[in-house]
Amino acid sequence: MGAARFWIVSFVVSLAFLVLTRWGISNEYYFFAAYQVLQFIVLATAWNILGGYTGYTNFGTGAFFAVGAYTAVVLHKTTALPIPVMMLAGGVISGIVGFGMGYLTLRLKGVFFAIATLALAIVAQTLIVNWDYVGGSRGIYVIRPQYAPISGSYIQYLYSLMLALTWISVAIARTIERSTLGLGFNAIRDDEQAAEAAGVPTLRLKLISTTLSGALMGMSGAPLPYYVTYLDPASSFNLSYAVNSVAMPLIGGMTSWIGPVIGAVLLGTIQQLATVTISSALNLLIVGVLLIVFVVIAPNGIVGLVQSRRRARRR
Amino acid sequence: MTGAPLLEAGGVGKRFGGFVALESIDITVAAGERLGLIGPNGSGKSTLVNCLSGTLHHDSGSIVFDGRPIDGVPAYQRTRLGIARSFQLPKPFRSLSLIDNLRIPLLYTVNARHGAHLAGPAIQERCRGLLADVGLADKAYHLPRDLTQVEMRKLELARAVASAPRLLFADEAMAGLSPSEVEEILAVLFRLNDAGITIVLIEHIMRAVMSFSTRLVVLVAGQKIADGSPQEAIRNPEVERAYLGE
Repeated sequence: MGAARFWIVSFVVSLAFLVLTRWGISNEYYFFAAYQVLQFIVLATAWNILGGYTGYTNFGTGAFFAVGAYTAVVLHKTTALPIPVMMLAGGVISGIVGFGMGYLTLRLKGVFFAIATLALAIVAQTLIVNWDYVGGSRGIYVIRPQYAPISGSYIQYLYSLMLALTWISVAIARTIERSTLGLGFNAIRDDEQAAEAAGVPTLRLKLISTTLSGALMGMSGAPLPYYVTYLDPASSFNLSYAVNSVAMPLIGGMTSWIGPVIGAVLLGTIQQLATVTISSALNLLIVGVLLIVFVVIAPNGIVGLVQSRRRARRR
Repeated sequence: MTGAPLLEAGGVGKRFGGFVALESIDITVAAGERLGLIGPNGSGKSTLVNCLSGTLHHDSGSIVFDGRPIDGVPAYQRTRLGIARSFQLPKPFRSLSLIDNLRIPLLYTVNARHGAHLAGPAIQERCRGLLADVGLADKAYHLPRDLTQVEMRKLELARAVASAPRLLFADEAMAGLSPSEVEEILAVLFRLNDAGITIVLIEHIMRAVMSFSTRLVVLVAGQKIADGSPQEAIRNPEVERAYLGE
């Protein structure tokens, strides 16, 4: 399927999904839960552009996500922009942070890059904690507008926005995967010196990758203040975002766009179920256990498992 | 030899901390030449290739390629200018099929040059052609891990050639191969040279170097100690001393 066709088909699928859920489901909770799962699809997909395609492990997902959220807080206090505009703004700011991080750290490789991203998350959190205008460490209450700009409840509106962002993120990832850019990313992941010798401008491509990955994470964070209505640094910078956005592509499969989607749907849903039936304290435990299981039995994720089955059958 | 050399390096030096890896090397490569570069282990052959191809940056001296100074030009741009290299230890793109391994230099080098843009089907055809040239056509969709050592070397050469270079550095393309496999690689290199690619061969296997090279440069401990016809070069007393001891 060509890139243009994928954009159209995935749009139709997303739209159909939106219409069906909005018509068929009346319980508000389901939209609340689905928003979380969709948000994880975006985060996992964004993480995978840098982590899966380009081979650079980012543990700073929480920072990019929270930067998007706090961009929205600032805009909420200063202007009365609609949320989609705030998402764009969050994307731009997080994209800039991604570019800066890339520029400063991409001479680092492997585990050193990963440590630097973790440090970035801590630095960003410290800055927010000490910034009173956005609530500092106390956090900040964000009063939702009384009515959603489209029909339905406010949570349904946020859900629709996140579904749209999910569509865009997945379509971007799929387009990159089959493009010259994507092949260049893969070359960097496999061997940076060889990539450079093959004419790939590695530094430029890595910057594109960090910027794009950061921007998508920031976009997914921007509606968060309206979703939770109370935002504080401890929860918005939570390590669980980083852990989940690493675990989901790993479990789903990192070489293909569908991997993070499968991983996010699977882990996101299990965590929602656990939260409702047992306790949200179990969430990270579940992620940890599944991560260990997959690293042992299917290091290339669910997609890798299916691919090797198929390859074995063909022989 | 007529006209200006294709590559001209003057006084190229490189140190790693206190260790002098290259000490003011002068080297010229004429267009169409087959130059052999030899020297004992640790003599700086690979460092020189790394400096000339841009993988490393030299500390002193200047490098001119095709009449244009290329000091400080990053490796990927040197590849676009027409300097290709293979690596001593093959560095295939492990997660990609053979055909995708070749597609990358085509997309990023040939298509980045002016007036050379290839469309999808033309790229596919070129990749298949390159694989067929080195006898890997039937493994186009295999992963590099399925290849034998000699096939890996061939892939490494094919990927370097995919960038349509004018100058190719073959860094120990035959290390660890059997005599018949060495012949196979030599045949590939001769064919490439016939097609107009200037080749610098870095090699330990003397029989291969002697039969391939039209000129020989000998490095010892970061210094050039001989430069001339292969027969002359190996009779040079300094070279004998370096290889055989006092």
